[in-house]
Amino acid sequence: MANSTLTKKRSTAYGSTVALKAAMAVTGVILVLYLIAHMYGNLKVFLGQEAFDGYAEELRDLGYPLLPHEGFLWIARVVLLSAVLIHIYCAVVLTRRDNRARGGASRYQVTKRVQRTYASYTMRWGGLLIALFVIFHILHLTVNVIAPGGASDSPYVRLVNGFQPEYWYVTLFYVAAVIAVGFHLRHGIWSGAATLGFNRADRQGKINAVALAVALVVTVGFLLPPLAVTFGLVSNV
Amino acid sequence: MNITLRVWRQKGPGDEGRMVNYELSDVSPDMSFLEMLDVLNEKLTLQDEDPIAFDHDCREGICGACGVVIDGEAHGPEVTTTCQLHMRSFEDGDTITVEPWRAKAFPVVKDLVVDRGAFDRIIQAGGYISAPTGTAPDAHATPVPKADADRAFDAATCIGCGACVAACPNASGMLFTAAKVTHLGMLPQGQPERATRVVKMVNQHDEEDFGGCTNIGECAAVCPKGIPLDTISQLNRDLLGSLSKGVG
Amino acid sequence: MSDNDLYIEGAPIRDEKAPEGPINERWDKRRFSAKLVNPANRRKLSVIVVGTGLAGASAAATLGEAGYNVTSFCYQDSPRRAHSIAAQGGINAAKNYRNDGDSIHRLFYDTVKGGDFRSRESNVYRLAQTSVEIIDQCVAQGVPFAREYGGLLDNRSFGGVQVSRTFYARGQTGQQLLIGAYQALERQVAAGSVTMNTRHEMLEVIVVDGKARGIIARDMVTGEIETHFADAVVLATGGYGNVFFLSTNAMGCNVTAAWRAHRKGALFANPCYTQIHPTCIPVSGEYQSKLTLMSESLRNDGRIWVPKKTGDDRDPRQIPEEERDYYLERIYPSFGNLVPRDIASRAAKNVCDEGRGVGPGGLGVYLDFADAITRMGRAAVEAKYGNLFDMYQRITGENPYEVPMRIYPAVHYTMGGLWVDYDLQSTIPGLFVTGEANFSDHGANRLGASALMQGLADGYFVLPNTINDYLAAGPFESIDESHPDAVAAKEQVTSRIEKLLSVNGSRTVDSFHKELGHIMWDYCGMERNEEGLTKAIERIRELRAEFWRDVKVLGTNDELNQALEKAGRVADFLELGELMCVDALHRRESCGGHFRSESQTEDGEALRHDDEFAYVAAWEFGGENEKPVLHKEALEYEYVEMKQRSYK
Repeated sequence: MANSTLTKKRSTAYGSTVALKAAMAVTGVILVLYLIAHMYGNLKVFLGQEAFDGYAEELRDLGYPLLPHEGFLWIARVVLLSAVLIHIYCAVVLTRRDNRARGGASRYQVTKRVQRTYASYTMRWGGLLIALFVIFHILHLTVNVIAPGGASDSPYVRLVNGFQPEYWYVTLFYVAAVIAVGFHLRHGIWSGAATLGFNRADRQGKINAVALAVALVVTVGFLLPPLAVTFGLVSNV
Repeated sequence: MNITLRVWRQKGPGDEGRMVNYELSDVSPDMSFLEMLDVLNEKLTLQDEDPIAFDHDCREGICGACGVVIDGEAHGPEVTTTCQLHMRSFEDGDTITVEPWRAKAFPVVKDLVVDRGAFDRIIQAGGYISAPTGTAPDAHATPVPKADADRAFDAATCIGCGACVAACPNASGMLFTAAKVTHLGMLPQGQPERATRVVKMVNQHDEEDFGGCTNIGECAAVCPKGIPLDTISQLNRDLLGSLSKGVG
Repeated sequence: MSDNDLYIEGAPIRDEKAPEGPINERWDKRRFSAKLVNPANRRKLSVIVVGTGLAGASAAATLGEAGYNVTSFCYQDSPRRAHSIAAQGGINAAKNYRNDGDSIHRLFYDTVKGGDFRSRESNVYRLAQTSVEIIDQCVAQGVPFAREYGGLLDNRSFGGVQVSRTFYARGQTGQQLLIGAYQALERQVAAGSVTMNTRHEMLEVIVVDGKARGIIARDMVTGEIETHFADAVVLATGGYGNVFFLSTNAMGCNVTAAWRAHRKGALFANPCYTQIHPTCIPVSGEYQSKLTLMSESLRNDGRIWVPKKTGDDRDPRQIPEEERDYYLERIYPSFGNLVPRDIASRAAKNVCDEGRGVGPGGLGVYLDFADAITRMGRAAVEAKYGNLFDMYQRITGENPYEVPMRIYPAVHYTMGGLWVDYDLQSTIPGLFVTGEANFSDHGANRLGASALMQGLADGYFVLPNTINDYLAAGPFESIDESHPDAVAAKEQVTSRIEKLLSVNGSRTVDSFHKELGHIMWDYCGMERNEEGLTKAIERIRELRAEFWRDVKVLGTNDELNQALEKAGRVADFLELGELMCVDALHRRESCGGHFRSESQTEDGEALRHDDEFAYVAAWEFGGENEKPVLHKEALEYEYVEMKQRSYK
């Protein structure tokens, strides 16, 4: 207190909060691009079983013969898994730092939010929800270990089976998770851009508009197929 | 006006604090918030009760000494310093909750007084231009584009009050740090140390146990001097630039 | 009471350090004749710097850069908060960037004349010379001065001078300069050459064998009374405007460091010279804790008036033109609303004394922009004065675009301070004084934008060159806390604190401070006279006695105790206030900020008596409840001819 002299510790900026945030931003970009591609694929469900299953099959041979069968898919899986793990690792480290910095859970007797969006408020719990959902989602529609309505080799059938009205809780979980993704993107895209240094006073509105637009498109794009199944617009032939 | 105050009282750094209620009558709407506390303290003293300790000095909104959280907002309901907040911003019969800045990096010293020495140490780490006295060239030797000078000035108006930390859900000191990085980084004189400055200041910021920035914007929204949020983005860009050059 | 009952006249003094010869060569001469300290030896020498405003932070940083071991103290929680930060207007420098005929000699001339011929020519000339280097230094540090589109520095004219020599950073020049000095200081803290002690208050100076060798300071958090030693001590502790309770100073500004040094033998010069600033926001109630200044630039377009009738409490907008008295324009037709600070202030006081003041308590005059808004348009007024109007509205709750502003003068700056020689050394060897704390450069009145200039000149350029001459004889004999003089100084501090805590009377510290302020403002403020000053001296003595009998300070010394801090400061103000009145009483002339109603021209202007009073009044502490001793330093003018000011 009395003496404010600097204490010199050895630390490196590669582990700083800013660098970790940048890692989250870069991995976030990868994941957003993936989500958009994934959404595009999902929407093929409206073109019928053949188009949807065909698209899924073609992905396995993307880049063939340069890459072996399923080569691209495995590369993508490794990249995505690494991105997810880095994203989560950084989030956990930063959250712990933030909790420590705040100095206790009951910080103020009265708290009033002046500026923050609801989306920013959902980042951590929403992120956790998304992580749990992704595990379920892979077990359900990729590996098909969990198979509400019956397992199938056809991705189309798996999808249709899984979102039948009697499995409303599966649909509900999916909808909740996609909305969480939407909020996550709404704040995440803005925050990532700011973290990577793109924010300037005159761009702030534009970045936020793009974040909102991407979040809306992705949310709606992901919600359409399962809801279409639940409401009978898409069904097994 | 008659008001009820709920004030955080804490005898010393190691003591547990608590909220204490005080009734105050005959408050004039023209009083500043701190003058209202003065009146309460005079009353407490005459009742043999320990007056409330709070930091304050210039009382014209520039020294940055004052600052408390009022009803959950850093510096209270107006975007200004606590000393420039007036009682006309409140209603007769209000209950007003007054708490110190809360952050691990700002330990409470007594009542509403906190230790903001961490800010000084962030400046020590690199918030300067190394220009020993007597070494300066003529002031007109290097013209500075007006837009750059103006942006440097906007960032340099930071008063180091700590409201940004108090308002940030992560208790991050990024707006304070970024204001200095931007001020010095916008000027030609600041270029030689630019890459190392940001690295040293960010490292010190983290070592002081401030949290990270999640770009929520509470800091800039409560900042009495309107330090722009985009200074943080400028800091990020500078830091990533340094890291990519191997300055880490 | 005659003068002889109040003080004793001692031997005259003179500044032994100022070189002779052509004025423009004196500073060069002194820098050459001053002894130097070898860089290797500087590490063995230590300097204490008290205060971290412009004069203190710049001195500590520069001495640290030079290699001395510096220990710095401030009472705030950070050195960046010193009250230099609140200066708005700007800083003068004789750069002549405008090619408008400015020069070092002109800045020197304006400052001597503005000081009403009560400052030293040698000092002022050096100040003007140094001003040029200050701007260079600050720009190199990254101070974001206002610039033009070509990228070069902008200037404005300020305080009624005819050249544009004021450099500024919007309305926050003091802040930007202080942050520059603060950063330089923190850089030295990081380098290990300066040790910074925040939340420390200096309560005594340690004098050993006639030399200043250290200070006693209280850690304001733990209450620990600490002893610090050094080879020299620098006081950069600011002015004493808070003796008036209400002033534009920060709440914590105090005279304690300077006053304690005075009691240990340092002479206090010209204590009665105080500057009253005409454009402050008036007092709104008894709870008022401080006054806020608004830039004088408002007088460029605003018109000042009061109702012609006494006690006219109509809404100002309802008072017709013919029932308004634009008194400055009436009395001073050629300068009108732009007369110097002291004249504008006194005129406001006079109309309020006549019962024509406006606002609560009748202590205010209107500053009206209605004509300016009609002439220039609201947008132009907003562009020029918007931030000041906002500030006014925030404080008063009134909209100055619609209702005329109310203004009233307030204490702003004190020209008096500890007596120093050309080297800035006080009459205690090894005790140096810089900035507003010394008396040296402004005479009886300070020009606008010159306070920042003097603080930085002293700290960056003058002291670091002159202190070497003293330190070259060091390091002095090593002493420790057991030295009898250190023990005695510490004992004085602790016993005084114990005394303050043990009175346990019935009145708060602030109530005493407010009462003292009222006495000072009424009798030693804008206008002084023999009868009032005599009364004030009696009342201050009574109040001081009552203070030590009836003050109530709760708590203990071993904690953060803001009432105890204030009590010590007010106790010193109660002593200083008396000396100010004695000084004001003995100076039977009017000059600058000191206006004696007995000494005015037929037109009511300040009338100097150069034959009798062209001297610095340097007061020696005579002992507890003893008469002070007056030492006169004669002032000689070789380069500027003494003239009476006229603004008609």
